[in-house]
Amino acid sequence: MAYEAVIGMEVHVEINTRSKVFCACSTAFDAPPNTNVCPVCLGMPGVLPVLNREMVNKTVAVGLALNCRISRWSKMDRKNYFYPDLAKNYQISQYDLPLCQEGFLDIEVDGATRRIGITRAHMEEDTARNTHSIGGGQSGVDFNRAGVPLLEIVTEPDLRSADEVYAYLTMLKQILEYLDASDCNIEEGSLRAEANVSVRPVGAQTLGVKTEIKNVASLHGVTKAVEYEIARHVRVLDEGGTITQETRGWDADRGLTFSQRQKESAHDYHYFPEPDLAPIVVDEAWEQRIREGLPELPAARRSRFSDQYGLSTYDAAILTATRAMADYFEATAACGADPKQAANWIMGDLQALLTLSAMDIRACPVQPDALAGMIALIDDGTISGKIGKDVLGEMFATGKTARAIVEAKGLTQISDADALRAVILEVIEKNPAQVEQYRSGKEKVLGFLVGQVMRATQGKANPRLLNDVLLAELRKP
Amino acid sequence: MSQITVEDVEYIAGLAQLEVDAATKARLTEELGKILGYVAKLNELDTRDVPPMMHALEMRNVFREDEAGPSLPRDLALRAAPSHDGQYFIVPRILDTDEV
Ligand SMILES: [Zn+2]
Repeated sequence: MAYEAVIGMEVHVEINTRSKVFCACSTAFDAPPNTNVCPVCLGMPGVLPVLNREMVNKTVAVGLALNCRISRWSKMDRKNYFYPDLAKNYQISQYDLPLCQEGFLDIEVDGATRRIGITRAHMEEDTARNTHSIGGGQSGVDFNRAGVPLLEIVTEPDLRSADEVYAYLTMLKQILEYLDASDCNIEEGSLRAEANVSVRPVGAQTLGVKTEIKNVASLHGVTKAVEYEIARHVRVLDEGGTITQETRGWDADRGLTFSQRQKESAHDYHYFPEPDLAPIVVDEAWEQRIREGLPELPAARRSRFSDQYGLSTYDAAILTATRAMADYFEATAACGADPKQAANWIMGDLQALLTLSAMDIRACPVQPDALAGMIALIDDGTISGKIGKDVLGEMFATGKTARAIVEAKGLTQISDADALRAVILEVIEKNPAQVEQYRSGKEKVLGFLVGQVMRATQGKANPRLLNDVLLAELRKP
Repeated sequence: MSQITVEDVEYIAGLAQLEVDAATKARLTEELGKILGYVAKLNELDTRDVPPMMHALEMRNVFREDEAGPSLPRDLALRAAPSHDGQYFIVPRILDTDEV
């Protein structure tokens, strides 16, 4: 039987405010255990949480970027359950009046656009972190993470494949980064993606039994886990079995999902309005201010890069993958570099240098104007593209300008025909056999002779000129 | 108006992680039933023209600015805990979905 997969995503992202959502404790990730804690985030009796204004600002910005309706009137609620990561025995979250509702995100898979419904995005607090490293039948709890602002973004069950899940998460991550709303570091847990997966016969209206995939430590892992889970559902159903509704983890080493033990308590959270926090009213003026402050979003920037700079869809997608990369490219083009050349240098040699030194483009020692300066030296024939690669490496290592390096090392291209002819004549004289071969029609030998001239000039010969003069000399009787 | 049953009391006690003996269960069943019955009187009122109250607070938009301030010294934070190791709060091993 032919099946189709039905997938909905729940993504939790930590919003990158300086202080926690209801208290002034720092949100720094790597502090020693239980050093960013206070009576509020430890859930001491009698304390009063106060909502961080920036959390509301960033949540509304994310909501607008996801085409959501922003609730004029919103409130926080208590979600009651027992767990050691929750000191108060409830999590402050949003239940029936989330700040953002009914949006969508257009994703692209294999050149086709699919609209994924966003059910809601709501504010909540992160929980403490448990560690097993204590031993002796005990767990340690670190409350540094408790109270870090968390945004939960929920989609409609609109996704149909693992590829779509990957595209959705990638686009969502890009948007969150463009908005400077979250670090989206899935390894450090600042972005956590859960997938609800079910399958049904193609054309069926009702949904199959779903399983929920949790605790996957990479985007690639989420995609693999969804792929595995779809195949598992189909196999079980084809064999006449039934799917059990449950939470499943992902074993990255063995490449399979496995059943996870559930929290003991029933999922009956008895939500009620948080009496310690006042309702949130985002009026039109506030919403408008945030809307006006939104940066150009990835999809818009991508299509503008194609139109304005004549870049291919592929190049535009790579250059807009992060806001910093896109900014870098535009700054280089603004310094007068040819956009296509700038794109090639950034995506090629510069990216390779960054990757090699595990460096983010924001920390790149070669500034956009310096890169443009190097490209200009190639354009005006001062250096060849090949020398340019070496010069860029030197710029990256020393922070010097291309011109300074070219002058100091005498790398200026030999573009003087007479100077080049002298070298060429020498090569011709030293390689009579190859010259003879060429003249008797074995034209492949030309490459060897070009190589000899390049070697003699330490790569500084202007390639076009070299070709012209060499051919002219070889054709002389 | 549905009445509170012993099963309801057991379920709620379970959620609240309370152990309740048979006599207390019987008493709570009756008392909770009375409370619900009392509240149910409100249903007799005509509330057609009364806007729903979504929140007990009349205030709105009470915020703090996003500035980090000092936290508690760790020894003070841990002091009241039944068990700690100087770094972590120590709890009985958590078996299900916690992180490593
Ligand atoms: Zn705190």
